[in-house]
Formats: sequence, C-alpha cells, structure tokens
Amino acid sequence: MKLFGYKPTSTAWLGLAIITVFILVAVFADVIAPYSESESVGQTWDDPSWDFLLGTDNIGRDMLSRLIYGARMTIGVALVTTVLSFLIGTTTGFLAAVGGTVIDQVLSRIVDVMLSIPLLIFALIILSVFGSSIMTLILTLAVLDSTRVFRLARAVATNLVVMEYVEAARLRGEGLWWIMRREILPNALPPMISEFGLRFCFNFLFVASLSFLGLGIQPPYADWGGMVRDNGKAISFGLPAPLWPALAIAMMTVGVNLVVDWILSINSRPSGASAEM
Amino acid sequence: MTRDLNETILKLTDLRVEALSGAVLVDNVSLELKRGEVMGLIGESGAGKSTIGLASMVYARAGCRITGGKVEIQGEDVRTLDAEGRRERRGQRIAYIAQSAAASFNPAHRLMDQVTEMPISHGLMTEAEAQAWALELFRALDLPNPDTFGDRYPHQVSGGQLQRAMAAMAMSCRPDILVLDEPTTALDVTTQIEVLALLKKLIRDYNMAALYISHDLAVVAQVADRVMVLRHGKMVEVGETGQILLEPHMDYTKALVAERKAADKLAMATTTTREKPVLEGLDVTGIYGTFKAVKHVSIAVARGETVAVVGESGSGKSSLARLLVGLLPCVTGEVKLHGEVLPPSLKNRDRDTLRKVQLIYQQPDVALNPRQTIGEIIGRPVEFYFNRSPAEVKARVAELLRLVGLPEDYAGRLSTALSGGQKQRICIARALAAEPDIIICDEPTSALDQLVADEILKLLKQLQDTLGVGYLFITHDLGIVRRIAHRTAVMLQGEIIAQGPTADIFAPPFHPYTEKLLSSVPEMRTDWLDEVLAKRG
Amino acid sequence: MLKTIAVRIVLGIITLWAVSVLIFAATEVLPGDVASAILGQGATPETLAVFRHELGLDRPAYVRYLEWFFNALHGDLGIAMTNKRVIVEVIAPRFMNTLFLAGYAALIAVPTSVVLGIIAAINEGKFIDRFVNIISLMTISVPEFFIAYVLILYLAVQFEIFPSLSTVFPEMGFVEKIYTTALPAFTLTMLVMAHMLRMTRTSVLSIMSQPYIEMAFLKGLTRSQVIVRHALPNAAAPIISVIALNLAYLIVGVVVIEVVFVYPGVGQFMVDGVTKRDLPVVQACGLIFAGAFVGLNTIADVLAIMVNPRLRHPR
Repeated sequence: MKLFGYKPTSTAWLGLAIITVFILVAVFADVIAPYSESESVGQTWDDPSWDFLLGTDNIGRDMLSRLIYGARMTIGVALVTTVLSFLIGTTTGFLAAVGGTVIDQVLSRIVDVMLSIPLLIFALIILSVFGSSIMTLILTLAVLDSTRVFRLARAVATNLVVMEYVEAARLRGEGLWWIMRREILPNALPPMISEFGLRFCFNFLFVASLSFLGLGIQPPYADWGGMVRDNGKAISFGLPAPLWPALAIAMMTVGVNLVVDWILSINSRPSGASAEM
Repeated sequence: MTRDLNETILKLTDLRVEALSGAVLVDNVSLELKRGEVMGLIGESGAGKSTIGLASMVYARAGCRITGGKVEIQGEDVRTLDAEGRRERRGQRIAYIAQSAAASFNPAHRLMDQVTEMPISHGLMTEAEAQAWALELFRALDLPNPDTFGDRYPHQVSGGQLQRAMAAMAMSCRPDILVLDEPTTALDVTTQIEVLALLKKLIRDYNMAALYISHDLAVVAQVADRVMVLRHGKMVEVGETGQILLEPHMDYTKALVAERKAADKLAMATTTTREKPVLEGLDVTGIYGTFKAVKHVSIAVARGETVAVVGESGSGKSSLARLLVGLLPCVTGEVKLHGEVLPPSLKNRDRDTLRKVQLIYQQPDVALNPRQTIGEIIGRPVEFYFNRSPAEVKARVAELLRLVGLPEDYAGRLSTALSGGQKQRICIARALAAEPDIIICDEPTSALDQLVADEILKLLKQLQDTLGVGYLFITHDLGIVRRIAHRTAVMLQGEIIAQGPTADIFAPPFHPYTEKLLSSVPEMRTDWLDEVLAKRG
Repeated sequence: MLKTIAVRIVLGIITLWAVSVLIFAATEVLPGDVASAILGQGATPETLAVFRHELGLDRPAYVRYLEWFFNALHGDLGIAMTNKRVIVEVIAPRFMNTLFLAGYAALIAVPTSVVLGIIAAINEGKFIDRFVNIISLMTISVPEFFIAYVLILYLAVQFEIFPSLSTVFPEMGFVEKIYTTALPAFTLTMLVMAHMLRMTRTSVLSIMSQPYIEMAFLKGLTRSQVIVRHALPNAAAPIISVIALNLAYLIVGVVVIEVVFVYPGVGQFMVDGVTKRDLPVVQACGLIFAGAFVGLNTIADVLAIMVNPRLRHPR
C-alpha cells in the first residue's frame, strides 16, 4: 500500500498505527473508558486486576480510564498549540522572506531575542504572571513555539524566493499575497509537514513536562504529565504507577517520530559515505 | 621501468554500471588506451561519460554500482583487487581532474598540503621531495609566484589558477593515466584556452595516457587522438579524431558535428532598415552595493530584430537585463519603452508595461514552479493581463503549446517530468502568452545539450519570423551570436566596448578584446589550438 | 577575523540586554494587574494599594526596570516576596549545584555522543548506524521524567545501587557528591546525548557528500585519512554549534530533572517561585538561565568563526 505516492517502511506503519489508535482513543474516550475521569473507585495504588486493568492511582481512581481521558486532553492541547503556532509562524515567516528588508529585519530581530530565552524558562515566566488556564497555556506555547516555525518558514521561503519562477511572477506584476499563496506555499509544504510532526512532538512533551511540574493542565482534568506527578511517590515503594502515563507519552512521541523519520528519509539521498570504494 | 610506446596501459572491457534503482548508466563500454594517447569521451548530459571516467578508477558514486566488465591497468584487472589494492592504484597510477576545482579542493587546507598529500601518503616521496616536485609543477603550469602559491588557501586564488592547481595535484604522483572530467567547462573562453594548452603540454611532456571527457567536440578535437561518442550509456562511434570531425559514420555523430560547425559561420543577414526601437536603455548604470555591474551603457532593441549582448562571466550582461526589466534600479540614465521613460523600479510600472517586455531564463528547471501544472503556468499571464474567461484561457494555452511545438495535452501535467528542452519551450510559451514586443533571453540555451539547444534557437528564430517579436539575447557563446543576431554588443567589465551590426563586429578592424574573444573559441579542426598558440607566440 | 569576533561578542551583550527587557516586560508590563493576580479576586482595594506600594508597582515601569537592571548589574537580584530572603544568597549555592550537575552530564555526554555520531555517519546505512539511529530516536521521544523514573525504579528501589533522592549539601565530599547525583546526571546525559548524536551525524554526513571528499577518495587515501584529514576539519564548525546548542538544551533539561530528584538547584528554585508566584525570584532565575543560554551561543559562534578557514585567511 502507498501513502502520498510512497511506500511506508515497516517502522512508519508502526508509527501510523500508534497515532491512529491514540487519536481514536482520544475521540471516543467516553465510550471506551470503563470508569469516569474523576471518581475514586478503589484504594490508593491498587495492583492491576480484572476490575482495574492497570490498577488505581494515588486517590483510588482507575488508572486506565484516566489514561484514556488523558489522551484527549494531552494530545488535544498539543495539537491545537501546534496548529496555532504554524498559522502564526508560517504567515510571519513567509512575510519576512517576501516582504522586503524592513519587514524581515523587524520580525527577525524580535524572534532572535525571543529565541535567546530558553522556551521552558520563558513559558515559566509568563505562566507565573497569568496562571495556568488551558487558554493561557495554549496561547503562550503557540506564540513561543511559532518563533521556531518562523525560523524554518523564513529559511524555506528565502530559498524559494530566489527561484526564477518567483521572479517571473514578480515581473508579471503579481501581488505579495498571490506570490506567498501560489508560488511559495505549495513548494514549502514538504519540509513544513515533517516539521509539523517534530513541533507536535516537542509541544506534546512540553505540555507534559509543564503539567508534571504542576504548571500545565490543572486538575480535575486528567492529563498524562499531571498523572506522572500525582503518582510519582509510588515509585519509591517499587510501584510502577507513574510509568503508565509516562509510557503513554513516550509511545505517542515515538509513533510520530517514526513517521517523521520516514518522511524525512524520502527526500534524503545517500551521501558520499556510501560510495563504492 | 621500460616505457614501451605501444604498451596498452588502460583497458576497459564490457564495463557496466548500474544505479541502485536498476537504471543502466553505462552499458557494455570497452576502450583501450596506449601510453601517450589521449581519448576523448563525447556525449550529452546523461551519456555516462563521467561515470566511465570514475569507473576506470574503480569508483562508483553513492547510489551506483559497477556490475560488470574488467578494468585493467597495465594488464592487471583492478576490479578483482581488494579495497586496499584499488586504493593503492588510485592517485598513484591513475589520477582524476574534476570539473569544479573550487568544490574539489578542501577549504580547510593550504594548496601545498593538498598537492603533496598524495605522494606522501602513498609513501612515494618524502615531504621535501614532494614539495620540490610540486614547485616544479607550479612553474610548469605557469602559476603566478610559484614559490609562495602553495601557501594559499583554495578560496584565495582564481578559478583558472585553481584548475591548474588541480592538474598539479593530479600529477603529484607522476601517474600513468589522467582522467580529465570537463576540466575547462567551468572556465571562461579566454581562460579555457590557456588551461587547455597547459593540459595538452603536460600530457605530452610526461608521456601519459589520458581520458578527456567533454560535451564540446571542438575542445576535445584539440587534445584527443581518438574520440568515443556516447549516448545513453552506450558507445555510438569510436574513431580517429580527424575521421570523427570530417567523416562521421553514425547519424547521431553527424548531427553533433553539423550543429557544432554551424556555429562557425555567420548565418544572419543583417537587416538594413531598422525599425523604431521599442526598448531602450540610455546611459544606464546599475550597482550592487558598491560594485558597479553596469557602467553607462546604451542599448536599443526594435521589433523583429535580435540584439545579442555577449561577454564573459562577470561582464555585467545579466545585470543589464535585470536593469532593463526593473529588477535592478538604474542610478544614471533611463529606460524607455516605445519612447516613454519607465519608472526605475518594478513596483511602479503598470501591468501593460510589464506585459510588453518578457524574460526567459538560463535554467528552465528553476524558472517553472514545480507544483503548478503547465496549463496554470502558461494560462496565468493570459488570465492576468487579458482577463479572459477560463474557457478562453484553456484554448489559448492549447494554441501556445502548439506554437512552441508541444502536444496540447501537456497542459494538465507538471513540468517536473519534462526534459530540459521541453521545459525551455514552456518558458517560451509563458513569455509569448503575454504577447510581448520584446523578449529578453538570458542565456536560454547554455544549460541545454547541444542538439536540444539548436532546436530551441530554431524555434526562437521561427517565432520571430511569424510574430515579429524582438529579442535581446544575452550569451557568452559567440557561435550563437553568429547564428541569430542582427546586431551585437560586446561587454567587458560592465561596459559595452563594441556595438553594431553583427557582420561588422565579426569583421576587421576588431576591438582587441573582441579579437581575443573570437580567437579563443575552439574551432572544429584538430590543429586550431596549435595554430592559435603559434600566432600568439 | 578579530573584528568579526568582536562584532559577535557585542551582539551577544546587546542580546543579553534585550533579553533582560523582555523578561522584565513579560512579568511587569503585560496586560493584567500583577497585584490582583497574586492576591486573588477577594482582595480589597486597600490591601491592593498597600501591596502595590510594597512592590513599588505604583512607580512607572521604566523606572522600575532601570532600578532592577542596574541592581542586577551589581549582583543584587532583589528580595524574595514570599520569605523576604535576599535572592542572591539563596541562588548562589544553588547555581553552583546546577552547574555541577550540568557539567557532570556534559562531561559524559559530549565526548560520547560526538564520537558515536561520527561513527554512525561514516558507517551510514550499516547496522551500527541503524542501531544508533533507532535507539536515539527512542530516547528523544521519551519524556525526561520517564527515563528518570525507570532509572529510579531499577537502580534505586529494586537494586539499591544509587540513592533515589539527590540531596546534596556544601560539606559533602566530591566523590560522595558524584555518587549521590549519579542518577540525575545519567538521565540528563541520555536526554542530550540522543540529540547531540543525531545532529553530529547529520552535519558529518553533509560534509561527506561534498565533492572534495570524493576527490580525497580518488586520491587513493584510506578511509580513515579521508575522515581525519578532510572531513573532520570541516565538520568542526557545525559540531561546535551542535555541542553549544545541546549544552543550552541541557540547562533547560536541568529544571525538570531537579524537580524529579529534589536536587537543590536553580531550576527547582524557579519552579517553586512560579508556583508561589514570587516574581522577583522568577525574574532572577529567568535572567540566570537566559544569560547562560546567550553566553553559550555566543561562545559557540566565536569558536565557529575561529575555525572557519575563509575568515581565518582572508583573500
């Protein structure tokens, strides 16, 4: 079977399968989950049993049900953040590449300064002022993350702007918007798609880390990072409770990365290192 | 070692090279090379010439494999040797000179270290011996300040010097065989002749055998004793150079020779009555930063005529084109269209002005958006300038495709699947879609293979006859100028040093630079180089 | 070249200044009133006014910025809002701890990953390359606390080789400190190693596809000669920036790791500050992290300029 005209590798299929399952779980959480998200149904850290397939958490809620509901929150927030970040980053990045020196300089210098503060640190500073509602979380992360997207979009577009077909469009008298939409965007898509996967992974891990620090998605919503935090103490009793949500996070990112790796390998050619000597 | 003159030094038998994808790059090619002999490998891009050159060193690029045949150096099949054995032959017995010296030198090391690296690492010479030999080579190759030349880094010397330094590097182990892969193609004509003469002398003086790879028959004719013509990885014809030039047997070779010979003759009748100029540049100057690319140049093109601007790289001929269309603002003078002064910047020119002057580029690959269909590419100017309905646009696209000799059903395809020549036809169709008065052609054929380029030139000529469009034709190739230009301007360092009807430019009295340029273009006879060198003393 | 370096350093200083403005602006000028955000909805206007005065919030923003900036230049980072302690005194020993942990991890991670990256690159497509590629892909994909908890579960709880909490104090001996901080250091190492390795591999590969490498092979040099003499000198600049980038990444990674292992560093201090909304603490920690980040990037760029032959030997 082929996808976008290419045959996925076995690892790419594995990645696609993981992503599909996780997204289905997130969408149909209400139907699949055996218990509710927030109800205590057992004791603290019950062992896995037929009633609770993965045991219970620190206040006796069913671990599996919380994982299922957590998929919705964790994946959802990361996805919305990434989409928003790409909308901002791609538009500004293309504008910087096409719109002339002044626009480019202003945008690039702002981004340079924003990039010289590590993302996590910047996010912590802003969250300390605004607190962590889901809206602030998404907006903050999207704006911060868009600086990275801006960099790539600008670089890709700058390489395309010097192409003679873009010059031909200029000579014809086409406007900026037309050039960005019809000449640049279609050619910028392939590198941007694999970057979308990478940025999603990054944002996904980032949201999880913030929640783990207690600064991300707030209770009562179940989310995987927060679940690791809640159950962290179990580890010193030798119980694997925090590993379940951590494993879920890991599987999701591994899945996306496997697919991204495949997309990247489509366009890469062998280097001189593999020549016949 | 006894140096038997009839000794076969390199022998390829039924050589076969395949890409990992399965495509056959070189298909059962055999050749034999004696000491002191030079064989020219001729062919268009994709003919497998470079692959054969590398394969004779038992080297295949990433993604390729040598799948069959023998590579014998002095009777020893190198393909059967282990990696260590092959490595020892490379550089020591057979050395390589690449097309792009700038890319083939390591930017991190001094030239001397790179030239002496081979004999030292092969254990042939001590460092002092290798350096002494390198100095001798630098002198033999006429490099400036040979004693200190080796202290420089690759980016500190010019292209022609670097190409000669690479020859010195190849010679550093006194190999028996040289593989020269388009060694002068990246150079200007006036530089090419010097490097060519030096390479020829080197091969003769050190009594080596050589494979000389080139796409230009006239260049090969000057150095090769025998020529092999290749196409799609297969041998077409092998013969003495004189025979190939004068009486080729195969049709393909005949076409190549005929095309190349056409460039030597003046074909264009100079129009006597000039129409009123349509596009004029009057005393225009253009600068990049502080560099004056174009200095006080005046030029004019009328409908129905072809004006050639000829010059070497860096002469400012492309900048002149950019200046006229408004991509490079002029700091002195003015650009006029139908007698009206145009705003200097592109942004302030109106649609109809833009429509009347179109541009065709050198690289058709990057001049067409790979994500748009051919119908969109050609249809956009029709829609943009003339506001036609979709049905009308479609009909016009079909008409334009017919005009440039392509099937109508190409409209639905992407340009990426087309060949270089077909792409250039699309570019021409796009320019024609605007129904322009003047088309500026910026080296439209130099990225194309010889025979394809010939067809494009014919198409341009034919379109001029039927549509009456005027061309400003920018080129470095005097052969093209002779064939198509009514008028010619010669550019040197941003200035036009001679301008007039082509016949006058190509007849005495010459401007000294024009004469040098003219005498540097290789001609299709074997004694041309020696003759020129003798003349120049 | 000296001029290029000087320009880069000045640029670094300007960036640092711009960063300080941004940090200050983010915490104090952004829309929304800090005082009511901190005291919550129930605060009376009187308490708000008192609180604002106490924080100096009733003065114009630029005055407060200049005061904060010049104090910071003198090493005075202000006083914590929650417990009224002088921030510098609290932060200094913690900063040393963070540096210790980051340096510990870097010492293991940098040489290992650069060497492994080069090995993977020159064996492109072979087993070792694919193996390293898959393993590093897995490690990149995994959140830092996952690695941390797995290490704790096996190395601390089940086999009791290392302590699960990395409580260090100034009187501790060097060897003991190395032992106590082993688990966080390993976690950090794994975290940056995968990134650094993959990036090193990519940059060496891009060098290996240059024509002068093909030329070197055609000169009949051995594989190791080609790599040592022709590939590595040119790979130096990209590898240096890879290292710098990842050291900067390491500094950020420290934050989460410190929280997991309850390690007394700046990262944990900052997270505490954010939770308690102690703005002066957040500002101070932010400034320190950003300063280290900018500093590392500047050093990397300067080194990259110094190894570039075109800049070292101008025409």
